[in-house]
Amino acid sequence: MLRRPFFWIIALVVAAFVVSPLIGNDVQLRESLALAAVYITLASNLNLMLGYAGYINFGSIVFFGLGGYICVWLVDAHHWPLAASLLATGIGVSALSLVFGFGILRLRGPFFALSTIGIVEGVQAFVENFQPWGGSSGIYISPEVFAPLGGPGPALWVIYFLFVAVMAASLYLSYGIKISKFGLGLLAIGQNEDAAAILGVPTPRYKALCYSASAFLPAIAGGLYFFKAAFIQPSDAFDLTLSTEAIVICMLGGQGTVTGVALGAYLYEELRGYLLISSTFSNFQLVIAGALLLVIVLFFPSGLMGFIYDRFPRLQKVLE
Amino acid sequence: MFGIIASIIDGVLVGLVYGLAAMGLTLIWGVMDVINLTHGTMIVAGMMALYLISGALGVSPYFTLPPILIGGFFVGVALYWVAVHRMMGRPPLMSLLSTFSVNLILVGLGTAVWGTALFNVEVSLPGLTIDRYTFPGPHILAAVLAAVIASLLYAFLHYTRLGKALRAVANNREAAELVGIPTTRVLAIAVGCGVALAGVSGMLIGTLFPFTILSGDGYQLKSFVVTVLGGFGNPVGALMGGVALGLLEGAVTPFVPVSWTLVIEFVLFVLVLIAFPGGVFARRGTL
Repeated sequence: MLRRPFFWIIALVVAAFVVSPLIGNDVQLRESLALAAVYITLASNLNLMLGYAGYINFGSIVFFGLGGYICVWLVDAHHWPLAASLLATGIGVSALSLVFGFGILRLRGPFFALSTIGIVEGVQAFVENFQPWGGSSGIYISPEVFAPLGGPGPALWVIYFLFVAVMAASLYLSYGIKISKFGLGLLAIGQNEDAAAILGVPTPRYKALCYSASAFLPAIAGGLYFFKAAFIQPSDAFDLTLSTEAIVICMLGGQGTVTGVALGAYLYEELRGYLLISSTFSNFQLVIAGALLLVIVLFFPSGLMGFIYDRFPRLQKVLE
Repeated sequence: MFGIIASIIDGVLVGLVYGLAAMGLTLIWGVMDVINLTHGTMIVAGMMALYLISGALGVSPYFTLPPILIGGFFVGVALYWVAVHRMMGRPPLMSLLSTFSVNLILVGLGTAVWGTALFNVEVSLPGLTIDRYTFPGPHILAAVLAAVIASLLYAFLHYTRLGKALRAVANNREAAELVGIPTTRVLAIAVGCGVALAGVSGMLIGTLFPFTILSGDGYQLKSFVVTVLGGFGNPVGALMGGVALGLLEGAVTPFVPVSWTLVIEFVLFVLVLIAFPGGVFARRGTL
């Protein structure tokens, strides 16, 4: 892996994320890059299902929200240190989705998509009624938990670097899976599931593993996100906007590519920042995301990277 | 004891309306293997049309049924040309994404215009009182109307030329094309009918319960559960699935807080999908 140029391209991007806000201690840049890192994390993990295995997951926000809840709950009610809670969050959500994945991934294509919509509704309704997690009013954590990280100010920097680390892990995970045998199996499932099964790809197991792998890092990102906010409630944790945006990003950049998803996340973040400032458009964020997605699906199904590959076929060997 | 029976009967009445909604979803799936993710929003559109028309004209809520049926049909045809037509013959993922994005646009516009306020339509209709229990009038009338519309749909599919063409296209699109059925037009009509049914059932639900712009997600999930119970692509099964869901809701409500219903329904949905991938009541492809 170390010999491949793409490995070093990812390393460069990550380094840019780490260094650029440090220059001049630019807090505003840090916040917008943190959001971009969250987008890249969500979108590239969604891409494992959507781009590789060809299974659309409308409910990727469940990983994020559930991760947020578990992490905040561990930190608040059980006084776990942040690192341990994050790890436990990732493993917990991943294990849950593995169990769940074995169940629902016997379903094919659209049936799977339907059940992922149901998962969001079901989990959200569950959390709203689950009293240990504060029901519909949510959980607040006291500012004291930031003390081990050096107080609220420095804690924000620590959290930012953790966001970047999670993003880096997501990109390497996407890339690592893509060049592995596992990834080839997933791509085969995406192209023709019956043919893949006949050729010996253990399709239910691969799909469940992929589903579970795509849960791990978003759960950690969710834990960080809500730890940073020091507050979590069901309507924020399971906000469908975020999983919708992840889908838009995947399709915008080009499903199934690692570079495309990162590029799409960056572009979408820029676009969103621009739209939020404009008073006409800030109310119509969903409308614009929807219209963008519709145009991509109707006219440019292979996204930005499809366009780039068409123009510069040689780049296909370098940019995965 | 009678309380539980009354609750179950009331559940069945409401379940018939859910069944009607699910018929709209399953009709589109049965004819062209497309899952209409704007379904929930179309239900809410029916509710909003009910609220706006009956509010503006001051007529009885039930007079809004014909305009919603006709309007829904044209909205559906438009939906076909915008989001579904280009997706024919492409992976199923794509039609899911395209209807999903249309849904985003509609929900976004709806929340921008109306916000997330709660709307309520007053219906004054005497109920039917047996012993100490009263079955609300709107529930009974909605169930009757749902049953009538469902039978009309059945008659349309089985005894009219266009309905037969629709079933032919559902069976085998190429063969239908070969015998001279204008399949594209038939597909557009199928989406039109599906959306019209969603709108009308939304209008009926609007006479029963208060709603917001975002109520659609919950009802869409109910429609999916019903569709899965009744078998994909089978309108009659959908009506039976609706009754089954209503039965379940009625049997559960006396014992469990209302807010848990959605969780129970979802668990049921997944279990049924895994245990009976073809649906409980019927086999696939019997449109």
